Amino acid sequence: MRILLVEDDAEVARFVKKGLQEAGHTVEHAANGRDGLFLAASEQFDLLVLDRMLPGGVDGVRLVETLRSQGNRTPVLFLSALSAVDERVKGLKAGGDDYLVKPFAFAELLARVEALGRRPSVDAPATKLRVADLELDLLSRTVTRAGKRIDVQPREFRLLEHLMRHAGQVVTRTMLLEKVWDYHFDPQTNVIDVHVSRLRQKLDKGFDRPLIHTVRNAGYMIRAEP
Amino acid sequence: MLRRGGHGSGQLRRRPAPGPALGPPRLLKSAGFRFALLFAAIFSCAAVALVAVLWWATAGALDRQTDVAIRSDAIALAERWREAGVTGLAEAIEDRLAVDVENEAIYLLTDAEGRRLAGNLDRWPAAAEEPGAWFRTRVLHDGVATEARLHRMELSDLRLLVGRDETERQQLRRLITEGVIWASGAVIVFALVGAWLLREALQRRMRPVFVTITAIAGGDLSSRVVLSGRGDEFDRLAATMNTMLDRIGTLMEGVRGVSDAIAHDLRTPIARARAKLEDALADAGEPASAEGAALRAAVEQGIADLDGITRIFQALLRIAEAEAGARRAAFAPLDLAPVLADAAEIYEAAAEARGQHLVTELPERLEMVGDRDLLLQAVANLLDNAIKFSPSGGTVQLSARATPDGVEVAVTDNGPGLSPEDRAHAGERFFRADKARATPGSGLGLSLVRAVAHLHAGELVLEDAMPGRACPGLRAVLRLPRP
Repeated sequence: MRILLVEDDAEVARFVKKGLQEAGHTVEHAANGRDGLFLAASEQFDLLVLDRMLPGGVDGVRLVETLRSQGNRTPVLFLSALSAVDERVKGLKAGGDDYLVKPFAFAELLARVEALGRRPSVDAPATKLRVADLELDLLSRTVTRAGKRIDVQPREFRLLEHLMRHAGQVVTRTMLLEKVWDYHFDPQTNVIDVHVSRLRQKLDKGFDRPLIHTVRNAGYMIRAEP
Repeated sequence: MLRRGGHGSGQLRRRPAPGPALGPPRLLKSAGFRFALLFAAIFSCAAVALVAVLWWATAGALDRQTDVAIRSDAIALAERWREAGVTGLAEAIEDRLAVDVENEAIYLLTDAEGRRLAGNLDRWPAAAEEPGAWFRTRVLHDGVATEARLHRMELSDLRLLVGRDETERQQLRRLITEGVIWASGAVIVFALVGAWLLREALQRRMRPVFVTITAIAGGDLSSRVVLSGRGDEFDRLAATMNTMLDRIGTLMEGVRGVSDAIAHDLRTPIARARAKLEDALADAGEPASAEGAALRAAVEQGIADLDGITRIFQALLRIAEAEAGARRAAFAPLDLAPVLADAAEIYEAAAEARGQHLVTELPERLEMVGDRDLLLQAVANLLDNAIKFSPSGGTVQLSARATPDGVEVAVTDNGPGLSPEDRAHAGERFFRADKARATPGSGLGLSLVRAVAHLHAGELVLEDAMPGRACPGLRAVLRLPRP
């Protein structure tokens, strides 16, 4: 993916740029809002990663509002040191697609970047999701593996659906909490792990090949190959 | 280590009490009522003074006139006696009685033995035997008992009584008295009506101030007192108040700016430090030696510690946000029942993993107005605590019900519970009961629950789940009143 990073803090910018490049993305960097807006408006990017507070008169929110008013629909991920809920709401209202509060784990950023960059297409909604021999039917809301029906709870179904829609990508715990449960809160303990391991037991029981993998220090990923 | 933070102890006092009722204050506590009472008292005093003057000028004047007439009559008679002796005096009395067409005059002249020499009284009235010169008594006068004013005079061996029948004056006095009574009734009625009007007027003028202050206490700092435009004392008070509120608003903006700045200035270096550590970890690759592995473990621990700092920091900011009432703007009508069901569902798996049961007792619907994310966070903190402190095989119960006042959510566990002293401190920032030292946690969980309860004008109550037992358990009740 070709990503534009607008971040005034040189250290954080270097770290993010390096990490994204190592993950195989091309990264352009702008150190202030004005340069960022110029680059975003004049070149084609798959994703913008914006600091919420930027020097130079154009902050992250202004930048997105300007882009959106010009019809630019490039996905935007906000990085912000402002954690207040209304700041988050402001960022998303302005046209941001995701909001990540500093400090963050790089794995969390990467997972969100990849989820935003490869969003499932809305034009042709699939009715079935498949990963290896696991099949999830969105219409009948059933899960089968190698033709064998697996009973899952409604919430487990949504959890699995989210993992399968992002098959091959890392999905972090906070992303699951936000997307599957639709809450923004700090669960204190790793309650999500327990839900995933339950689902994993149901899916992998009696099969040699595990499908849900734990990615160390990051989250979970569903994929066919081990 | 951080047993009780510096902010902890003062926190209870600072918290705003649930807002005062907007209705009129209780009668005796109402300043309006007291002003009205004062008004009524002053009005009544003025009326009493007026009546007294009136009385003195009418009934009093009549009495004084009578006395003057009697006195001059008596002096004239005494003069007559000195000139013409007893016979002259008796004649003078008979003369006067003859010309007295109104039959008002009363005379009696007796000798030392009490024999009547002249006059129109049959005998000396008993009351006029008393010492003194002036009497008011009933006498038998022309066969009719009448009120009379009498003056006694001793003329050597003679005794003279001069008086006036006061029947008509008495009637006049009664008329005046009746008038005064009626007027007093009117005075009382006017005083009461005036007092009531005064109180109403005061209350009407105070209402905008009261409404504004209630709104401010509720967290809406943008509210200002509406001026009447009359430029009177109330307007001056309101204008001063608005100036004060503007100033507070500016200060609050400043504080918010500072906490934004702190958030930014603290998060950015933490982000840098975390980035450096993560970077170092990624560059190092798999460690070849034991030393390398130890270094790696230390770096990983450093990252975990930074995340811990961030979490505490985040929790403090959220508590501050809730306490400042800043989140009230985001309040929306919601059904709490599915939120609680979600919380139970999220934590049910965690309870099961620790060999505990999480049971729920939730109604179909629980309508209320509030902040969905914060309410879930509060219930999540309570459930997390309950699960953390319950023994394996224990039961954690999440129940909720609608009460006449609002909504009541309770989380009950059968863990060791809290001693009454600890209970008093639970909810203070960074407080951790001694029993909780061994379990991980920041001591901010209940603070946030309490802040969320206060944000919703409610309260958090901690009590023994099973009082009297060695292991009483804890029951945390979140009471959220209807707005």
